[in-house]
Amino acid sequence: MTKKDVFVLQDILLSNAQAAAAIRLELESRGILAVNLLSSPGAGKTTLLEALADRFKGRARMAVIEGDIETERDAERVRAKGVPAWQITTGGACHLEAKMIGKVLPGVPTDIEFLFIENVGNLVCPAGYDLGERLRVVLLSTPEGDDKPKKYPQAFVTAHVLILSKADLRPHLRFDVEKARAEALALNPRLAVFIISAVTGEGLDDLAAYLFRAREEIASRA
Amino acid sequence: MHELSLVASMFETLLEQARVHNARRITGVKIQIGALAGVVPDLLESAFDAYKKGTIAEDAVLTMVKPPFTIRCRACGHETVRTDFVMACTNCASVDLEIIHGMELILEKIEMETDDAPPPS
Repeated sequence: MTKKDVFVLQDILLSNAQAAAAIRLELESRGILAVNLLSSPGAGKTTLLEALADRFKGRARMAVIEGDIETERDAERVRAKGVPAWQITTGGACHLEAKMIGKVLPGVPTDIEFLFIENVGNLVCPAGYDLGERLRVVLLSTPEGDDKPKKYPQAFVTAHVLILSKADLRPHLRFDVEKARAEALALNPRLAVFIISAVTGEGLDDLAAYLFRAREEIASRA
Repeated sequence: MHELSLVASMFETLLEQARVHNARRITGVKIQIGALAGVVPDLLESAFDAYKKGTIAEDAVLTMVKPPFTIRCRACGHETVRTDFVMACTNCASVDLEIIHGMELILEKIEMETDDAPPPS
């Protein structure tokens, strides 16, 4: 019997990282922009997707993968907008993993420009898992309070885009938009910040323009 | 609460390495968990202890190194540990920084007992 030390020095989530890299390669070689949406439950991820579906109609094709612990509800809402949608029910798991996306992907049409992945509503665990996305978007809705970035730093540090949602409720709340923006930018100076309301349409044109530019960048490299 | 999922992923590598090295048992596992890796060390340890039962790592001791959140300034080269995760240089106030520690989620070392002959000294 021999004692042996094996130095591995590898990512604990190596198998997730490998699955995510394969997904990214496949999607981007087809010129598809993949967006991973993160937020706490009820911040407006599905409502944003419904609003984007209306904005994209006739201009671009999109598909949606929905992650929830239970029910097909979010996928049904998106399908009602004429957008193909797949529902992953995790049955209790608090986040999506790349392998779950990999299982759904063969059924997703190849002639789309945008693939949105709506993660399980949770501002903690999903931040640790690369799903093969190009853009990670975190939503913070005004009723949640402007103090969240520093309370849930990993989500804000790893995101590319911050969306302050439900902006139409500002008159009724003490949410300080500038405070939330400054706190998020302190953690991640490269964040692109959008203030939106799916009800009034505020900020949606700017967000859509940003997504189209990001997708063109991918298409030019594909 | 995704610590069990991390442990399951870690065991894929542990079992694979045990097979490659003809391990009789795994006695120790050393990992690095960065301050901003989104992992609760106590929960990870509980998940590890639950998961290892009945495996080749049944008696393995889990050792955790916890690198603090450390950033390096691209403008002046200054390195700072920040417990508030703010990306600003404490020397020159630049916000152009890179994270050099704190995001780690790394399996560093596996200690095992094998039936292989010891390496020639």
